Amino acid sequence: MIHFVVHDEKDSVGVVVVEGVKSGQELTGWIMDQDKEIKVRAGSDIPIGHKLAIRELKPEDTVIKYSTDIGRAVSPIKVGEHAHVHNIRTKRW
Amino acid sequence: MAIDLKNATFHGYRRENGRVGVRNHVVVLPVDDLSNAACEAVANNIKGTLAIPHPYGRLQFGADLELHFRTLIGTGANPNVAAVVVIGIEDGWAKRVADGIARTGKPVSFFGIEGHGDMETIRRASREAKEYMHWASELRREERPLKDLWVSTKCGESDTTSGIGSNPCVGNAFDKLYPHGVTLVFGETTELTGGEHLVAARCRTPQVRERFMAMFNRYQDVVNRHKTGDLMDSQPTKGNIAGGLTTIEEKALGNIQKIGKQCMVDGVLDKAEAPNGPGLWFMDSSSAAAEMVTLCAASGYAVHFFPTGQCNVIGNPILPVIKICANPRTVRLMAEHLDVDVSGITRKEINMDQAGDKLLEMMFRTANGRLTAAETLGHREFVLTRLYESA
Repeated sequence: MIHFVVHDEKDSVGVVVVEGVKSGQELTGWIMDQDKEIKVRAGSDIPIGHKLAIRELKPEDTVIKYSTDIGRAVSPIKVGEHAHVHNIRTKRW
Repeated sequence: MAIDLKNATFHGYRRENGRVGVRNHVVVLPVDDLSNAACEAVANNIKGTLAIPHPYGRLQFGADLELHFRTLIGTGANPNVAAVVVIGIEDGWAKRVADGIARTGKPVSFFGIEGHGDMETIRRASREAKEYMHWASELRREERPLKDLWVSTKCGESDTTSGIGSNPCVGNAFDKLYPHGVTLVFGETTELTGGEHLVAARCRTPQVRERFMAMFNRYQDVVNRHKTGDLMDSQPTKGNIAGGLTTIEEKALGNIQKIGKQCMVDGVLDKAEAPNGPGLWFMDSSSAAAEMVTLCAASGYAVHFFPTGQCNVIGNPILPVIKICANPRTVRLMAEHLDVDVSGITRKEINMDQAGDKLLEMMFRTANGRLTAAETLGHREFVLTRLYESA
């Protein structure tokens, strides 16, 4: 069963695609572009559609999704933790 | 792939100017806010006609007024419309709109309210609308080649599943339609922010790239001039954020999945401007759903692909809006608004090629007459884009 989807293996985040993911749960991810699987343990409760980090991010690190820059981390994010507007911000506006 | 697009046809209404529509509306079109009441009365009198009320049309000037006329004329000229009754507070601008629509060769007449009053105007306009309705109701669909279909796209209330499933599904369908001479369009200028270099790289010629970047940079200037923060909750919207999106860059990279992997951007259009040939066009436009879809209709597009994540419920009075969704939760909670469920992508039950075919199959069914979810639910959002204040 796939719990989260990653666009590209260079990405730092994946997207949860099932409802009810709880902290501590072992999650299976599908990397779409390379058609690979990875395992990550959830570090937070994560709603469907929201992201989890699959690489550790420090403040001011660039967040990569679609193998492209989607903004910057504004606080530390550990692997498996919820990555959302509380810890990621735009670089553009 | 399952569908043979090379020999594919659909059954549409061939109009006087050669364009082909997939709906057969008789429209009662107000030039201005003051004429809405008369238009709605005519549409109530003559069953089957469609009034398209809106809040503008007075004391506009310059480029904003030109856009107003271009949008109204384009809406009436759209091949999904068989005939038009135009009503304005006075004759002059009503005639200008009617003359613009008349260039297509379709039946159109205009009425000014001043000097007559609403009731006399409604009486005369209703008689005309009744004749148009009798005439239009006897028009028949005929078999036409796929290339006669014009298809627009704009996504809305996106979430992360839009970038995973519903937007690349549209991209897959666009990649399949493009080689067959279909006329396609996308837009949403600010919503390419963070992915504009990827769109620029897909422009067919340096001239197209230059014009695209000029439109993109102009719109960035508008944002930078008026912004009071980083636009959070407006762009991305609160719904986008609830659905898991964080930044404009992330939203934009999901958005541009709609133009697929192969088709090239052949040209750029101003708002509500009609393309002059097949291929993929970029239209400088708002990213607000009803504004953008209204502009697509005014540019002459006949079918619209609307991928959504959290489910924007939008429709349009004359342009069938096909909703595509890959979010299993939205499919569970809001199925009545959706036409194509591609949530199987997130479960690896279907691949993108199959999802694209599923959308194309719904495109042909819609073109042949199937009503969309938005049409059955009565969604007729008609929202005119304004460039600045009235005089």
